[in-house]
Amino acid sequence: MISESVVELSRWQFAVTSLYHFLFVPLTIGLSVLLAIMESTYVMTGREVYKDMTQFWGKLFGINFALGVTTGLTMEFQFGMNWSYFSHYVGDVFGAPLAIEGLMAFFMESTFVGLFFFGWDKLTKGQHLLITWLVALGSNLSALWILVANGWMQHPVGAEFNYETMRMEVTSFGALIFNPAAQVKFVHTVAAGYTTASAFVLGISAYYMLKGRDAAFSQRSYTIAAGFGLAAVLSVIVLGDESGYTDGEVQKAKLAAIEAEWHTEEPPAAFTVVGIPDQEAMVTHNAIKIPWVLGLIGTRSADTPVIGLTEILENNRIRIHSGIKAYALLQKLRDGNRDEDVIAEFEAIKKDLGYGLLLKQYTEEVVDATDEQIEMAVKNSIPQVAPLFWTFRVMVFCGFVMLFVFVSAVVVSSIRRCRIDWVLKLSLYTIPLPWIACEMGWFVAEFGRQPWTIAEVLPTFLSVSSLSEWDIILSLSGYIILYTIFLAIEIFLMMKYIKLGPSSLHKRRYHFEIDERG
Amino acid sequence: MLFDYETLRIIWWVFLGLLLIGFAVMGGFDLGVGILLPFLGKNDEERRVIINAIGPTWEGNQVWFVMAGGALFAAWPTAYAVSFSSMYFALLLTLFAMFLRPLGFDYRSKLTNPKWRENWDKALFIGGFVPALIFGVAFGNLLKGIPFHLENDMRIMYFGDLWGLLNSFSLLVGLVSVSMFIMHGAVYLQLKTVGDINVRAQKAVLKFGLATLALFAVVGYWITILDGYHIVTEIFPNAASNPLAKFVKREPGLWLDNYGHLPWLMAVPATAFISGLITIAFSLFNRPGRAFISSSLTVACIILTAGCSMFPFLIPSSISANSSLTVWDASSSQTTLNMMFWVTIIFLPLIIVYTSWVFRVLRGKVTVELIRKNNHTVY
Repeated sequence: MISESVVELSRWQFAVTSLYHFLFVPLTIGLSVLLAIMESTYVMTGREVYKDMTQFWGKLFGINFALGVTTGLTMEFQFGMNWSYFSHYVGDVFGAPLAIEGLMAFFMESTFVGLFFFGWDKLTKGQHLLITWLVALGSNLSALWILVANGWMQHPVGAEFNYETMRMEVTSFGALIFNPAAQVKFVHTVAAGYTTASAFVLGISAYYMLKGRDAAFSQRSYTIAAGFGLAAVLSVIVLGDESGYTDGEVQKAKLAAIEAEWHTEEPPAAFTVVGIPDQEAMVTHNAIKIPWVLGLIGTRSADTPVIGLTEILENNRIRIHSGIKAYALLQKLRDGNRDEDVIAEFEAIKKDLGYGLLLKQYTEEVVDATDEQIEMAVKNSIPQVAPLFWTFRVMVFCGFVMLFVFVSAVVVSSIRRCRIDWVLKLSLYTIPLPWIACEMGWFVAEFGRQPWTIAEVLPTFLSVSSLSEWDIILSLSGYIILYTIFLAIEIFLMMKYIKLGPSSLHKRRYHFEIDERG
Repeated sequence: MLFDYETLRIIWWVFLGLLLIGFAVMGGFDLGVGILLPFLGKNDEERRVIINAIGPTWEGNQVWFVMAGGALFAAWPTAYAVSFSSMYFALLLTLFAMFLRPLGFDYRSKLTNPKWRENWDKALFIGGFVPALIFGVAFGNLLKGIPFHLENDMRIMYFGDLWGLLNSFSLLVGLVSVSMFIMHGAVYLQLKTVGDINVRAQKAVLKFGLATLALFAVVGYWITILDGYHIVTEIFPNAASNPLAKFVKREPGLWLDNYGHLPWLMAVPATAFISGLITIAFSLFNRPGRAFISSSLTVACIILTAGCSMFPFLIPSSISANSSLTVWDASSSQTTLNMMFWVTIIFLPLIIVYTSWVFRVLRGKVTVELIRKNNHTVY
């Protein structure tokens, strides 16, 4: 019997390590592209300031990249280490995009990143620019394959259960790659990365402008970040909305939970702006609603209903009952029974097997589940509403604030020599917002999939390795301690180099070095 | 599909071997250089020379390691699940040590404070030594068998601990691995440096080259009395992957079986010895480029020897021999192996081409003068 605390601890460890990893990834994805844009401008105009920009923001990129690589190692390994049943059960499908990510993207990014830093004198301008673009392409392709893998966890298409091997197996790679959930996630996440990097460059450039330092350098950085950031944040919002639409199609429980849509309403459904969701009573107290909006986002029509949680629960109850039958048939097949009727019957209802496996949390045998146990499984077959409801709203709020910041920044930077202090201050103080939004976004995507690791296929409860509680307490503490130390060092170095600014390039033409020369 | 299931399984066994050898050859000299750092660099400048000898390329080299993990996941998911969860603390230690490498390389020269730099030197040593040791220890445990059992629903039950993994045989294999990576790293440093460091590196090649061969010979002898594994029931190389459908026996000396059937396989360990001696000779006669090629061959043949001895076993189980994972019953589906074959056959040569180009761009010696001249841009 799997212990509940091992499951809880494994989940905590996964959340901690991936949220941590995700502090560095969006900046890497976005900054790599910004660096390529800056260097392209350098090659086209031949003006040294753009080279300096590429090198200075490249230094900060390097400090961030090191921790991205460090924390990324953990991600590749911990599926096997902590989620070994998951790895066995879906490795045939899930492992492929991860391996392709390595072959197609990570290799390219990591091989060329060294030349980005050390190749300035060894390569022609054009060659070096190509290297920078390849690093950017590599980090973006990385995101694509990781999100193909993640999209499959949300919406497992192109695969079937095989009772002989006791696992999911690929039936169509095309379906896996062109999974709508994966595609939407990819563009949303990458655009979020671009927004993060733009906010980073924008805020730090604003800081130099407020200090009256290195005007030419900081204004140009500010302008590029403002334009790129505005395009990026608009994409994030539009594609986030597209994501909501895809959720409405393929992840109904997640959408309903995010929106605290307890019961299916007359279409088009109203959107709850804020309120206090109450899962026991299945109502949202003190809700402020806008009519029509949810229906339009979720279904793109005025007459299709958004399915509410009560209806989803009813549906899940039916599937759990069917899943019990599927599980009983599977036992026969695993014991060597190859009767054609048994096989045919199993094949017909195996899509509900995952729902049967939900009962493993309450009874080892599954087939002997009591009515109370089935009720518990039904009740827990949807995610907890309140955390999703709130994290989603924080994410969206951050998105709209950033939209405002970037619009103001574009206005300011497009007027010649314009300097409006409150916009610069706003740019500086809103630097943390994209990180908050990214972390919330991760939470919404992953917590919203519960109680599954692979939606409707494999419950989270079953996915863990047979480790003891102490094993995971030790490893989790190790991760937390090391990661905290690393983060402290990283922030310390970042601050040091940010304060130095382009003077850290030792080109003898920036603020601190000019001062030294008096 | 171009290949049947049996052929694809063998191809993927070869690919996995290639990636592991790729890691040992490319990532291996980085690990070795990390271990040698505090001993071959007598002051900060010398240590910067050593670090910058691998500075621009270690990042790409490390991907071979990540890639071997990824390929194991995609092509041998059950083997990935069993090995990573049952060697939990060994891998955790490796991970924690490897964390120190990106940070050590990137952060060390960002401050001039000597205490700061000394600490990162220690970190880089740990980041080289621990993974090198565990790499061998893992192979040692694979040869001995791992105490796991597969239940009927394929849940993996594990009955060992970290101290069990650190048994004397596996530690010995760990030493082979450490010594082999030091030799390989020293050859690379001899190739990339001049003067004092070059001379010290040459001495290290001699010492650790001989140590590697001696330790390898001891492991070879131990294998003849160590319990090996053998499938006793009929093998169905095209059947669906079900590790629970066979019987396996366990007896001393069975790892020599393959050499009995195919005596020419003895050429693999023999080549390891011969090229090891050639490495030492080239190094002594100051031909580090050729020494590097032959030390790469030594490293490759040492790893291949383990693979040839164990084939078709991937992970034997020491407590429930029938649960052992083999090439015939632990692979992904034919569809996945086929698809991943095409991805690999396209991208692996491409990777080799652009990696070679990067090394060509960065060719030439790293010297103290070069570090002084580029004080603010190099590591």
